[in-house]
Amino acid sequence: MELIFFFIMAVLSVLSALTVVFAKSPVHSVLSLIVTFFLLSGQYVLLNAQFVAIVNLIVYAGAIMVLFLFVLMLLNLKDETEPQKSNLVRLSVTISAGMLLLTLIGSVRGAIAIPPSPAQSATVGLVENLGKILFSDFVVPFEVASILFIAAMVGAVLIGKRNKETDSEPLTTF
Amino acid sequence: MLNSIQVIPIEYYLVLSSVLFSIGVLGVMIRRNAIVVLMCIELMLNAVNLLLVAFSTYLGDGHGQVFVFFIMVVAAAEATIGLSVLVLIYRNTKGVDIHQLDQLKH
Repeated sequence: MELIFFFIMAVLSVLSALTVVFAKSPVHSVLSLIVTFFLLSGQYVLLNAQFVAIVNLIVYAGAIMVLFLFVLMLLNLKDETEPQKSNLVRLSVTISAGMLLLTLIGSVRGAIAIPPSPAQSATVGLVENLGKILFSDFVVPFEVASILFIAAMVGAVLIGKRNKETDSEPLTTF
Repeated sequence: MLNSIQVIPIEYYLVLSSVLFSIGVLGVMIRRNAIVVLMCIELMLNAVNLLLVAFSTYLGDGHGQVFVFFIMVVAAAEATIGLSVLVLIYRNTKGVDIHQLDQLKH
């Protein structure tokens, strides 16, 4: 039963990831990326990582993707304005990405299988266990992450602020 | 759901996240729209997240799942800064085509 769930979600997530890359309109890309994130959350639930699944939904599908959609609506891009790369570039890029996939899968095949440890794995993804780890072993990175967030927030406000002098004359060298 | 890690071998998760990561790499290289390039970077980060959660569950160790939170933090900061830079680029060039951004070459 779990295997069927896994295969359905795996196939759908690969398909929606391909849609992200090959969709003509960026809005379709964002929407299929949200679908991918929902399917990955399903995989996390299957892996007994319930808290990560919920956080993935809230942070990625809820916050980051809304930010992407918001910027996309703000920029008001025309769908047909994006020119394609040349066919030679597309062919070579596809071949090199395929080679990367082959290398990754080849390295997976050579790996030694780990036997699962079912003793603790039922409770490892719960909030209690993760909170204990986060606030004992990872408390310094946790605080550094808050500094990173403040820096990102201030940086985003400063970058996005409209500058009066340079805005009147857009850079013509572009 | 408790016996799902006995039914599904960890190699399946390795292959799935490899495929998702390669699709993300393909998208970064093949697309010219900078927003889609940023989305493909998010896709690659999520493939790595899936791998971390899978290994964390199979080893019965929660440290991998805590790492996933930190990856999400960095991804959120990166998306914020990247998108604000993109808005700035759009204001100056009236587009988000990454092929226009080649002044360092000339």
